[in-house]
Amino acid sequence: MSSDSRFVPLVLKTDTEPNMNRNFISSACKFLSLVFVFAFLNLTSNAQEISKEPAAISAGETLFNANCKACHRVKSKLVGPALQNVYDRAPSIDWIKSFVKNSSGVIASGDDYANKLYNEFNKTQMTAFSSFKDADIMNILAYIKAETEKVAVTQVPNGPVPPTGGGDGGVSKTYLDVILAGMLLILVLLLIILGFLVSALKRFLDQKELSEEEKEVVHSPITLGTVTSSSGFIFIVVFLAGALGFKAVINGLYSIGIQQGYAPKQPIAFSHKIHAGQLEIDCKYCHVGVMKGKSATIPSVNICMNCHNQIKEGQQTGTGEIAKITAAWENKKPIEWVRIHNLPDLAYFNHSQHVNVAGVECQTCHGPIETMDVVRQHSLLTMGWCIDCHRKTDVNTKGNAYYDKLVELHKEKSKTPMKVEDEGGLECAKCHY
Amino acid sequence: MEESKKVYWKGIEQLANNPEFVKHAHEEFAQPGPEEDLGHSRRDFLKMMGFGVSAVALAACEAPVRKAIPYVNKPLDIDPSIPNYYASTYTNGGDYASIVVKTREGRPIKIEGNALSSVSKGGTSAQVEASVLSLYDNSRLRGPFKRGGEKKEKITWEDLDKEVGAKLGEIAGKGGQIRIVSNSILSPSTKAAIAKFTAKYPTTQHVQYDQVSAYGVLKANEASFGKAFIPSYDFSKASVIVSVAADFLGSWISPIEFTKQYAITRDVTEEKKEMSRHYQFESILSITGANADYRGQIKPSEEGTVIVTLYNLIAAKAGKPAVSGGDEKIKYAAKAAEDLWAARGKALVVAGSNDKSVQILVNGINDMLGSYGTTIDTAVTVNYRQGDDAAMAAFVSDVEGGKVDGVIFYNCNPVYDYPQGDKLGAALKSVALTVATSYKEEETGAQAQYLAPDHHYLEAWNDAEPKKNMYSLGQPAITPIFKSRAAQESLLLWAGEPKADYFEILQSNWKTWFYKGQGDFQTFWDKALYDGVLELPAEPAAAVAFAGDVNAAASAIASTPKSAGFELVIYESGNIGNGSQSNNPLLQELPDPITKAVWDHYVTVSPKDAKDINFSESITKYFTIAVEGKSVKLPVLVQPGQTPGTIGVPLGYGRTKAGKVADGIGVNVYPLVAMVNGSLSYVLNNVKFDKTNEEYQIAQTQTHNTYMGRQTVVQETTLAKFQEKHWDREFHPTVSTWADPKHKVAPGEMAIWKGHEYKDHHWGMAIDLNTCIGCGACVVACNVENNVSLVGREEVIKRREMHWLRIDRYYSSDAPADDWRGVEVAAENPEVVFQPMLCQHCNNAPCETVCPVAATTHSTEGLNQMTYNRCIGTRYCANNCPYKVRRFNWFKYHDNRQFETANPAMNTDLGKMVLNPDVTVRSRGVMEKCSFCVQRIQAGKLTAKRERRPMNDGEVVTACQASCSTGAIVFGDINNPESKISKLLKIRPADPERPHRVDKITDNPRAYQVLEEIGVKPNIWYLTKVRNKDKDATKA
Repeated sequence: MSSDSRFVPLVLKTDTEPNMNRNFISSACKFLSLVFVFAFLNLTSNAQEISKEPAAISAGETLFNANCKACHRVKSKLVGPALQNVYDRAPSIDWIKSFVKNSSGVIASGDDYANKLYNEFNKTQMTAFSSFKDADIMNILAYIKAETEKVAVTQVPNGPVPPTGGGDGGVSKTYLDVILAGMLLILVLLLIILGFLVSALKRFLDQKELSEEEKEVVHSPITLGTVTSSSGFIFIVVFLAGALGFKAVINGLYSIGIQQGYAPKQPIAFSHKIHAGQLEIDCKYCHVGVMKGKSATIPSVNICMNCHNQIKEGQQTGTGEIAKITAAWENKKPIEWVRIHNLPDLAYFNHSQHVNVAGVECQTCHGPIETMDVVRQHSLLTMGWCIDCHRKTDVNTKGNAYYDKLVELHKEKSKTPMKVEDEGGLECAKCHY
Repeated sequence: MEESKKVYWKGIEQLANNPEFVKHAHEEFAQPGPEEDLGHSRRDFLKMMGFGVSAVALAACEAPVRKAIPYVNKPLDIDPSIPNYYASTYTNGGDYASIVVKTREGRPIKIEGNALSSVSKGGTSAQVEASVLSLYDNSRLRGPFKRGGEKKEKITWEDLDKEVGAKLGEIAGKGGQIRIVSNSILSPSTKAAIAKFTAKYPTTQHVQYDQVSAYGVLKANEASFGKAFIPSYDFSKASVIVSVAADFLGSWISPIEFTKQYAITRDVTEEKKEMSRHYQFESILSITGANADYRGQIKPSEEGTVIVTLYNLIAAKAGKPAVSGGDEKIKYAAKAAEDLWAARGKALVVAGSNDKSVQILVNGINDMLGSYGTTIDTAVTVNYRQGDDAAMAAFVSDVEGGKVDGVIFYNCNPVYDYPQGDKLGAALKSVALTVATSYKEEETGAQAQYLAPDHHYLEAWNDAEPKKNMYSLGQPAITPIFKSRAAQESLLLWAGEPKADYFEILQSNWKTWFYKGQGDFQTFWDKALYDGVLELPAEPAAAVAFAGDVNAAASAIASTPKSAGFELVIYESGNIGNGSQSNNPLLQELPDPITKAVWDHYVTVSPKDAKDINFSESITKYFTIAVEGKSVKLPVLVQPGQTPGTIGVPLGYGRTKAGKVADGIGVNVYPLVAMVNGSLSYVLNNVKFDKTNEEYQIAQTQTHNTYMGRQTVVQETTLAKFQEKHWDREFHPTVSTWADPKHKVAPGEMAIWKGHEYKDHHWGMAIDLNTCIGCGACVVACNVENNVSLVGREEVIKRREMHWLRIDRYYSSDAPADDWRGVEVAAENPEVVFQPMLCQHCNNAPCETVCPVAATTHSTEGLNQMTYNRCIGTRYCANNCPYKVRRFNWFKYHDNRQFETANPAMNTDLGKMVLNPDVTVRSRGVMEKCSFCVQRIQAGKLTAKRERRPMNDGEVVTACQASCSTGAIVFGDINNPESKISKLLKIRPADPERPHRVDKITDNPRAYQVLEEIGVKPNIWYLTKVRNKDKDATKA
């Protein structure tokens, strides 16, 4: 917050949609009330028992990914300790709840375990999640427990989302090779047959009485020279060269303004490979606008500082690069990132439409971002590229009442699922106004 | 004969036969000269140039490096690309509107009305809509200044406070007089600050004046009821309205409020076939007069006579004694009196005159009609006009007499807009201390020693009490752009307060005044801030007893001398108003609702008086106007409806220190305003009006004044006819079919196009010609919302204005319909109709079929889309558009020095902050037009999709609709039978089996489409204008 808070006026109405967190917290709450009823009915042990319900686990997973993952892993130590078996390790479930809600309070109360932990982790304070309900924390624990046990049983490769697109793996490679070889064979056979034909014709003509000139023609040898100097050949070569040249020029012209592969050097050597790949931090944790606005937003320095308050040394670059963030924070000087994805001003693109409404993965357009040390422009970002996707992509209508009527009308006429195109997704004024 | 052996030498070298010459003798050309031997031949030059050009071209292929710079610490409320809305308050002098400010990335970009206010009820005006650009005015003061001699120098606030404080102390020490001069102040907290200042310096007097005074009304109420006040008028309760020269829809007292109320009485439906009857008696054709049912033409000197006549006619019915004077021959006076008396308790008489005597008689009439307690509320007094003409006149003479030692001009500009401004300006030089707090320097600031600029209202905290017990909060929507400071803080600091924070003062004032311990204060405050308004319960109206001396008033009126020469009316035009915002190009380029003139100052005359002026293509002559020793020269504008023998001149022009936009346009006519009977009079007698031979062309956006009786454009009827049982429009166009010329069908039934299917939405609009008053707020709103370029006077003359939405103003003609030349000429006293004209989004759009590059296409939601990046500028579409609503970018209006004055919003760094980031700024060579605010449609749809629900009606509001105070514009989805527009138009699918087809039928008998017979099937319907006239009424 700005120190001069009187110039931060009250928001009357904001065009944002309800906070996503609130959404799943509320759905989690709804579910949890169920869980509690369950627990109440099975009053065999106590209410603190960690649920094994898949719904609780998945609610916990969502919460974990959105809130905890920036600092914690289940199996490994990160900013904070690995969380596996935390429910056994910690003094009590109640202790966990109070620590999560207000860690500094627990530490200040002189709790032994908390202080030990605090000192062990270089006096790093855990963010207080005061908005969490007990039920939320129980869900997270359910997820942690499930993960702890699951990982012990089967090592599920948890790779990043593979980039989609292009997957037409219908015909196998060996099959193609066989076809190619067959075609070559036929071509060779054709040549041989043609050779036979020529010599047979020659022999036939020799038996006839021909003038000298005609004989010369018949016996004129077909050499490389005669072929290359024939007008037909020259025409074909010139035509091919011309056509290729023309194509090259056109391709060149089309590539103007296209920056596919553009990977400029950034003021800070930030690596998505480390943050999104190794640490699996949710994209939305930093790119906060992606669910609600046109702009996904490049994170402001305060978001970086959430973690880099503590983490001062990077894997690849040591302390130098992270120091730049701290410097920006302390000097109140914004970081001037180089913009990679540049759409022309005449095109309107809205992240929330694609990520929130359509549920498109970030990688669909941005490529395997979690493997990039330096971000590069993965896609063409041309209008053709947009249109192509709008033609191929099914509209994500599931659970969205906005589309109910449209889907119904679409089903009357067509058996294929509704594409973006069918919904007017190719119209000019959807992107240009 | 010997052969001639004559030898010619090529030169001395050949004669000398030197070896060098012999060596090169066979070469045709001699060696190149030394200057050509530098390796830079002409060919080289061309080669280099060719290479250079291609190298530059190649280099240009490399896109420039663009930066993305996020916040260091992102404010919680601000998300890039997501707008925030703040409730606030617009005040400009005594003008008021409760507003909602839309901001993007911390910049205010649009202003809309706040529906939570029961005063302005979500209404705005062109002035309010345009005020967002005044925030980014380049002529604003960048900080405090001090004037040393003629030059103004920068000064720090600390130094300024020290110097002003010292001087004030000095003045107070020797008992000198201090004055604070302002326009009407609506803010109670500001008044409290002034009171504190006065307490510190007891010789201080606060003088309020208004640019257009209503002092006569205040004085008349004092004489009638014992207290100087202006009551609340409620036009919505009136079924008969008589206005004598009061332009209550345009400028009188509180036009935004009155417009809202008036529209309620003008709205007719099949279920409610009742509307108010409005009589207007006036000299100039005002916007109010243009909307009247019966309009009487009078001279300004007859205003009193009309009132006396009405008084006597009604007194006769009420059994009260008549007063002397009056003239029963005045047209419509008897009829008006008849109607007023019949509508007792639901009648309202208002007069624009600033003459106390006239207003006393008006009060008398309203008293007899029982208006007090019904259409007039004396308990809820209004504060819009508090100016005291007598006090202001005394102030000017005090300054001239050297009796005043210190003057603080609080956000006002009397040197320009007070009639004695010249004298005041000259006399200020000898005043010991002069300070101006206006956010711009302006004419008054130019004469002040210290400039202590206040914030623009969008940067400032403030409050307002437009009406008794109706409070309003103004909150900043942006941090101050320049080093300005709240004027209230300045006053308090000069009054010796050690520290002043106007926000804290305001908050604590509200705590003491309004917070009565209901819940905690923060909640109370947050709610007030969120709502923007705080409305305390109204006090019950006490019965008032009219005690005005009507006989004295009548004799005062009778003694008014009759005029020998022309009579002059000085008025506020519908675009520039009183001139306080005249440096705003949005207003300069807004056509005046009546004259349709832009960027120009003029004098209106009746067609009769302008007989020898050939006013074709707006080419006209200058006239001199001489009155009481003062003379101005202005071009003449021929104005149908103007009373012969009168001329009208709008205020607000002739600025000298307003800024680049306004300076030098027209002349200042405030000095012509005279003091008559103790109040300022905006009408003048015995005016000499003489033609000169100097020619001038006035920039007008409409030069053809009639619709030539073509019902296919405008359809109207009278209320009496409309009330008949099976009323139907007179005109239903038909076309012959191919089969038989005698077989006629409705144009909608035939088409060579296949038509469309709109599965999702089908956007449509209805425009009610009955409630549209032609004010032009929608035009400004559209400009701001859609980044429409302003082009300036020269380009408007070339018919190149860019407005997407225009309001066609048509006059009726006296000529019979078959007199084709005659119907082009407007009547002497014409009926007027206003028709907003914008892209009709035709379903069979003629523009779409002729575009060679498919730059204009049809959407699946019924929109006619314009794609700028595809357009190559053939202009075929504009030629083929029957409505002439497509506008072509003849120039690059942005980043172009030539348009910096006319279009600062696209040419200055400061101005560009107002642009709507969701709408492309168009470049040269492309066509543009109304998009139905497609950016708002898309945003509305996206919100619904994100919330995973169907769209609600009213979620998408176009800019014009939002700005329309009368609700004449209704936009919505006509595929949704529950939407407001579907219900209004009573729309149903032509084929119930296929409800998503384009063809829809409207069952509202008033709904028609313009140029329906050409079969373009527009998505805009107009609702027939209904005039509340008697059935047999011929043209007025």
